[in-house]
Amino acid sequence: MMAVMAEDVFKALADPTRRRILDELVERDGQTLFEICGRLAVKHDLGLSRQAVSQHLAVLEAADLVRVRRQGRYKHHDLNTEPLARIATRWLRTDTPEESP
Amino acid sequence: MRIRLTSVFVDDQAKALHFYTEVLGFVKKHDVPVGEQDRWLTVVSPEEPDGAELLLEPAGHPAARTYRDAMVEDGIPLVQFAVDDVRAEYERLRGLGVHFTQEPLELGPVTTAVLDDTCGNLVQILHAQDPAS
Repeated sequence: MMAVMAEDVFKALADPTRRRILDELVERDGQTLFEICGRLAVKHDLGLSRQAVSQHLAVLEAADLVRVRRQGRYKHHDLNTEPLARIATRWLRTDTPEESP
Repeated sequence: MRIRLTSVFVDDQAKALHFYTEVLGFVKKHDVPVGEQDRWLTVVSPEEPDGAELLLEPAGHPAARTYRDAMVEDGIPLVQFAVDDVRAEYERLRGLGVHFTQEPLELGPVTTAVLDDTCGNLVQILHAQDPAS
């Protein structure tokens, strides 16, 4: 797995549309681009072009927050929260140092 | 002006006829040989035998594959059918081995799901939520 800079994660999370995409993926993993666009348009009134959503997904993928799963001819998008765990624990003071599994 | 016919490109007309009739439940309307292998092959809904026809058109043109592959990759359906209850159809069709790329999803005024027609296309099924509810 590629090393992801924390900077990429912060950049990815800085955009409200990308946060919305993550919100929707929490509800259900494995969405197609079509489903993500539909959810953004109807639930959040974000009528973005498919190309624009595709570009947002590419940023999320570069930050490893979204993983693309190719299954035959289909392309599905899964949420990956591992980079968030690293951020969340970064400044936490703990009595015992935590080790990542 | 009326919409009487629309079409989808299919990889294999015989296979498509099977899927659209035996699995989805449409009925054959026209089946006329055209040229050596191709057929003018249409289906209609048994609920509307004189309604709009769907032409199952051979996907012989090289551009058809590129176009349909790109649509399938992004999960975009090329045709849409109205059903009474998306979730019930989803259960029925899954029981028949149909693959869905989008499970039933309630989106504002409609519920939709997207399935693979096994002939190169994605199909959306849809019902409108009861306006009274």
